[in-house]
Amino acid sequence: MLLTMQAAPSESAALATYSAEVRQLLFQYVLQLADTSLILGHRLSEWCGHGPILEQDLAMANIALDLLGETRSLYQYATELEGKGRTEDDLAYLRSAVEYRNPLLVEQPNGDFAHTIVRQFLFDNFHYPFLKQLKSSPDERLAGIAEKAVKEAAYHLKWSSEWIIRLGDGTPESRQRVEKAIASLWRYAAELTTPTATEKALQEAGIIPDYAALQPTMAAHVARVLEEATLPTPPASSFGLAGGKEGRHSEHLGYILTELQYVQRAYPGLTW
Amino acid sequence: METLEKPALTQEEQFQARIDADVRIEPKDWMPDAYRKTLIRQISQHAHSELVGMLPEGNWITRAPSLKRKSILLSKVQDEAGHGLYLYSAAETLGASRDQMLADLHSGKAKYSSIFNYPTLSWADMGCVGWLVDGAAILNQVPLCRTSYGPYARAMVRVCKEESFHQRQGFEVMQTLCEGAPAQKEMAQEALNRWWWPTLMMFGPKDSESPNTEQSMKWRIKRFTNDELRQKFVDMMVPQAEFLGLTVPDPALKWNEERKAYDFGEVNWEEFWQVVKGNGLCNADRLQARVQAHEEGAWVREAANAHAAKRKAREGVGA
Repeated sequence: MLLTMQAAPSESAALATYSAEVRQLLFQYVLQLADTSLILGHRLSEWCGHGPILEQDLAMANIALDLLGETRSLYQYATELEGKGRTEDDLAYLRSAVEYRNPLLVEQPNGDFAHTIVRQFLFDNFHYPFLKQLKSSPDERLAGIAEKAVKEAAYHLKWSSEWIIRLGDGTPESRQRVEKAIASLWRYAAELTTPTATEKALQEAGIIPDYAALQPTMAAHVARVLEEATLPTPPASSFGLAGGKEGRHSEHLGYILTELQYVQRAYPGLTW
Repeated sequence: METLEKPALTQEEQFQARIDADVRIEPKDWMPDAYRKTLIRQISQHAHSELVGMLPEGNWITRAPSLKRKSILLSKVQDEAGHGLYLYSAAETLGASRDQMLADLHSGKAKYSSIFNYPTLSWADMGCVGWLVDGAAILNQVPLCRTSYGPYARAMVRVCKEESFHQRQGFEVMQTLCEGAPAQKEMAQEALNRWWWPTLMMFGPKDSESPNTEQSMKWRIKRFTNDELRQKFVDMMVPQAEFLGLTVPDPALKWNEERKAYDFGEVNWEEFWQVVKGNGLCNADRLQARVQAHEEGAWVREAANAHAAKRKAREGVGA
């Protein structure tokens, strides 16, 4: 698929220069990014008040808030791309599980703290280098959102990396728990960097980063963190689980949305 | 020049003289044991209240009805965690350890604000908790910004700034509901019906039954009595409820022109004492949630300590 785009002097002009086809692709893609940070933020916020140490309760709430901020900027952009008068809340609260586009990793349950950390680490290890590249997107809106979010993502990656190290090189129990979490979550990581048809088209158009180019940075960071954590490198997964980015989710998402959307669904059309 | 011989002041008298002169007491200053104990009890109770207080509101983070509200609520609960941290630190300056304070919370020895033993059942409860509960907390806490113990007073300055922000947000949730659909206004009224009386209980027992008040006032830990603050609260909130178009659930509520204050009905003190004793609807659940978080987090804390020790040892070898 060949797509073209021109330099965009201003936001509204940028939207105007996209063909209907690109606009539709971008809408799908921005939704995917927004859904991803919303669902991961939701999961992290489930810890609020229940964390293992008050300081870490704060840290998780902080990361959840960053992700929620990113979510809102993305949904707002998505509503403009769609141009049908839907609001950020319509997108978050009135779509069903099969319409959600987040990768499977982020909807996985919190489990114990080790599972939360491994899930976060796998995500951050993609999110940070991805945003670093997205900053240079010719799409000014995405570039702007990335510019703000990348600083936060750098902190998130530092936080989750440090915890992988502490848990791996902590006590026998923490090591066993983090190994178990790695064994159960590693297979969801590949979906993050495996482009869907939508992503491929936008990559070919030069609007979003090529994930293959992120791989060396990601692999190097994983290797460095696992080494410092004295953890073995997990064997390359023979079968990565994927499908969330195309709406094929695990059963967990339905329950997340049931909670998330409860008030909006129970009292349709009201302002809160 | 001839000087009059004054008997030397005892340590305790010197201490009281500093208090009377509104000089702040700092961690290294001499203080009576009872003053230290009273403060540790009060500050740790306050810290525990912030910690337990995260639960009833945390209960609605995943169900908040809009992304904006979710974000505001999450950052509010996060602020409470932050308040807990400052307050535990303030108590530590008096020689209390956080582990011991938490152990006392978990064993039921230490108390926390009873208001958090009431359940949050609808979205309007997030409005009422902000508007009423934080409103009452502010009245209790603003005088603490001038309390005699320095670290506590300074912690309270930060806490109060954030609390007044939370209170405005809570009022705004109520206002949005009251200006919304009939179902939303009903939700707001129903929540007010449940929260009004428990909020009045937040000021503590009647002055005649408050054993600690007199000494705490003398030490300027406390600056107003429970009943004074309760009256202030009613006088402040009734006009706000009227502005919202809500009815305060107290048939005895009436403006008293002579006193220039509202007369109001009697708090159900039987309920108050029962909840204090641990028999409220959520006492067991709240404590269980805290104990569980602590126990399930034990391996995480041990891992962090073990790793820090290994790192220190390695750096020692490398040095």
